[in-house]
Amino acid sequence: MDETTALEVHDLNAWYGHTQALRNMSLSMMERRITAVIGPSGCGKSTFIRCLNRINDLMPGFRVAGRVLFKGQDLYAPGVDPIEIRLRIGMVFQKPNPFPKPIYDNVAFGPRLCGIKERARLDALVEESLKKAALWDEVKDKLHHSALALSGGQQQRLCIARALAVEPEVLLLDEPCSALDPIATGRIEELLLDLKKNYTMVIVTHNMQQAARVSDTTAFFMLGQLVEFGPTSQIFTNPRDKVTEDYITGRFG
Amino acid sequence: MRIEAHTLARMLSRRRGMELGFKALAVTTLAIALGSLALLLLDAIADGAGRLSWQFLTSFPSRKPEEAGILSALVGTVCLILLTAVFAFPIGVGAAIYLEEYAGKSWFSRVVEVNISNLAGVPSIIYGLLGLELFVRAMGFDRSLLSGALTMALLVLPIIIISSREALRTVPRSIREASFALGADRWQTIWHQVLPLALPGILTGSILAFSRAIGEAAPLITIGALTYVAFLPDGLFAPFTALPIQIFNWVSRPQAGFHANAAAAILVLLAVLLLMNALAVFLRQRYQKRLNL
Repeated sequence: MDETTALEVHDLNAWYGHTQALRNMSLSMMERRITAVIGPSGCGKSTFIRCLNRINDLMPGFRVAGRVLFKGQDLYAPGVDPIEIRLRIGMVFQKPNPFPKPIYDNVAFGPRLCGIKERARLDALVEESLKKAALWDEVKDKLHHSALALSGGQQQRLCIARALAVEPEVLLLDEPCSALDPIATGRIEELLLDLKKNYTMVIVTHNMQQAARVSDTTAFFMLGQLVEFGPTSQIFTNPRDKVTEDYITGRFG
Repeated sequence: MRIEAHTLARMLSRRRGMELGFKALAVTTLAIALGSLALLLLDAIADGAGRLSWQFLTSFPSRKPEEAGILSALVGTVCLILLTAVFAFPIGVGAAIYLEEYAGKSWFSRVVEVNISNLAGVPSIIYGLLGLELFVRAMGFDRSLLSGALTMALLVLPIIIISSREALRTVPRSIREASFALGADRWQTIWHQVLPLALPGILTGSILAFSRAIGEAAPLITIGALTYVAFLPDGLFAPFTALPIQIFNWVSRPQAGFHANAAAAILVLLAVLLLMNALAVFLRQRYQKRLNL
């Protein structure tokens, strides 16, 4: 298989104030693959994924050192515009966070920011994005109803559609199913496997089965450090590290 | 350990007694607060209700109490508050947006924050003195509507800033992050997502601030607003009067007729205040609906 690296992390360290959240992380994520990040609460999973689109820049007291290369370009190099990064690397959050606005406006928000004003183009983009997120059939007759009237699972798919509408290359998912029931979770997982054809994805999850089901590569974090990183099949069947094995077999965490 | 039955009964009855005592105390304090308010209102109604008429609302002040009215004071109050809002609202909301969204948690922003809280507690007469020196004398606006509105704007500014910041703070971080993650910059996030959600709260706080200003007499008297005005203000630099000043003036006259006028003017002022507070409540209701849609 032809594997190209999409994101490369070198010696990443991160701090909130005086607390160090990430220590010397180095790993790379392949294009059009799903990389899962697992580990106990507080191990730095969220911090890690939030470094990949510089959304953590907004956290007061947050500091980062090291390099994150996206197609060879360092995201933290001086002169890099975080807005451009966020347009190319989209993100879906733990709790569905649709804007308290109509469904249509939620999806059209990103494209509108990019200056797209023509109704026809916006309509097409909204439809296409909702279709990609497998939500179109459920909402096509109520595009102008409030997004908050949707169920949790629908809201999360709307958030995915909203992220896809700006046509990113990478999609970061920070525990996207932790607030959803198993059926909604199943739908999102199906969706991710389908989106893999076109997008590079990084997913943080607490759910070991989920990581095993959807990801190609898995990274296991502990106390802000990368413990093990490798093909998902190998991590789950034949982990090299004792700690990884204990964690995935449920002996702690 | 077992407690003997009669000890337990005594203990429980003592507790019940305590509870009854506290309840009585709470009811008494409430009665004092509400009672004095009701007494004030009843007194004003008893004295002034008879004077409330269309003639009272549409007449200028006069030397004869039965011919006098509050037209100039009412119009002056409305103009003053509208003008105050024009100055104070954008500046107050702008300052709140800066402090809440841009300033971060620096040493500077903490100093500003403490100062604003202190300013909110400064007696209104001090603002009057500042207005007198700054707007009336230094800037040469004289005792005009403009001077009055600018002084009032200074008075309400800290309250608007504080309540606007609170409203901005209620907008969840998740909404901001969603917006940033879609490539919005700070201003786009504020304008498209944060402000629409915070606006009802900002408006509620601001209206309450303006309703405080509407009852203020001290700063206006300090800047030398007139007490006898037999014409309507015809521009920013026109002299003016306002309801609290008119009331103050009438109360200090010896004739009983003017006291009735003062009571009637108080009723009008209360009506205006109630109207503004009702608007604030209405906006808050809408706000709550928006978040749990």
